[in-house]
Amino acid sequence: MANTDIIIHDEKDNVGVVVIEKITPNQDCNCWIMENDKSAKIQSKSEIPLGHKIAMIDLKEGDTILKYGHDIGKVVKNINKGEHVHVHNVKTKKW
Amino acid sequence: MEIPKSFLGYKRENGRAGTRNHVIILPVDDISNACAEAVANNIKGTIALPHSYGRLQFGADLELHFRTMIGTGKNPNVAAVIVIGIEPKWTKRIVDAISKTGKPVEGFSIEGVGDIDTIAKVSKKAQEFSMWASEKQRVECPISDLWISVKCGESDTTSGLASNPTVGNLMDKLEPLGVHLCFGETSELTGAETVCAKRGKTPEAQKKFMKTWSDYNDFILKEATNDLSESQPTAGNIAGGLTTIEEKAFGNFQKIGSRQFIDVLEPAEEPTKGKGLYFMDTSSAAAECVTLQAAGGFNIHLFPTGQGNIIGNPIEPVIKLTANPLTAKTMSEHIDVDVSKILSREMNLDQAGDELIKSTIKVANGRLTCAEALGHKEFVMTKLYRSA
Repeated sequence: MANTDIIIHDEKDNVGVVVIEKITPNQDCNCWIMENDKSAKIQSKSEIPLGHKIAMIDLKEGDTILKYGHDIGKVVKNINKGEHVHVHNVKTKKW
Repeated sequence: MEIPKSFLGYKRENGRAGTRNHVIILPVDDISNACAEAVANNIKGTIALPHSYGRLQFGADLELHFRTMIGTGKNPNVAAVIVIGIEPKWTKRIVDAISKTGKPVEGFSIEGVGDIDTIAKVSKKAQEFSMWASEKQRVECPISDLWISVKCGESDTTSGLASNPTVGNLMDKLEPLGVHLCFGETSELTGAETVCAKRGKTPEAQKKFMKTWSDYNDFILKEATNDLSESQPTAGNIAGGLTTIEEKAFGNFQKIGSRQFIDVLEPAEEPTKGKGLYFMDTSSAAAECVTLQAAGGFNIHLFPTGQGNIIGNPIEPVIKLTANPLTAKTMSEHIDVDVSKILSREMNLDQAGDELIKSTIKVANGRLTCAEALGHKEFVMTKLYRSA
């Protein structure tokens, strides 16, 4: 089994979580989808540390971020596939 | 793994079992702390539980104060209790309620006596209680005598990925054996509230949960001066990769596995509907939440952390687990159970759940938690509003 670099909770999710110390730009990453035990691949565009999220698809301002198969916030700045997803480009819909 | 059917605990007069055998010196109010601490310093085998409140409180806030004081005294991890207050009336109310458990409890008031004579008088009684309690032996108790509370802190994305689901796995395995379980953190379910409500076993429980959550959320929205950034999620959460309260909430929610909750408890309220999972209305601040759960009668606590929360409680042992490999390495003295191998997929959730069950039984049997060994005894009363 290849090392897992990124874990995705649910097949519907458009973000994954980095589970190694960090990934670097242009790294080819192995992803594991917990829900259905499937694998996927993605090439990173940013340096992303452990525990931080990577965009699995291109995301536009106003789009909804899905994690655990659920809505966890809205995109406030366009995000390209492979880029770091965090407080600089995503905000809560709650507070 | 075959789950152990029993643990070694202290059987109490009312039939409950403790995982610890504390003699506590409980101040009713802030100004009685000095006296309580002096007594605990005099008499070995006792601990004082100083706190900041207990004067001029009124209404629901006063009721919560009493419920927390009384529940702390009644907790089966406590063998005997000394209550010290400035005035006799509130002191007596607490003593009378604790005495219903049948455990030794005695109250003292300072007014008209002064600290020094009170300390002398109380010390004699505390010595008697401490020596009496020291004779208590652990006996075999069914696993259903465990009342397990859970709360996570300094969470990051590894909490939702692995350490919280590990707690959920334990719940799924232990609930059928008749344990009591409790989760809380009302504000931290924001974003996952409708999904959480659906886990209520009855329409009443579901409705009660939504009302409890809405009331708390209305309060937050009323008091909030900005978007709560750095409060929920905290700066530590954000450093760990959590972006929004919704993301934190769905991670938090993993702690109950696939369980349903029977009822919604007031803060510090003791469950009365039998075995199973309860939701308690609490803040998401670690020490406040665990203090309320201990006052609800829970005798062992599971605390998943991501970035490394270090909390303990004076009467309820707090077992910490993390799935963050950096935290497990840099803060190892705080981590009782390391489940970081879930992230590298060298361990699965079933195995992690088993490891957590083993550690829980060890601690129930008397093994010190990291927080106990390090002297963490955060006892923090929840205050609902200003005093009169």
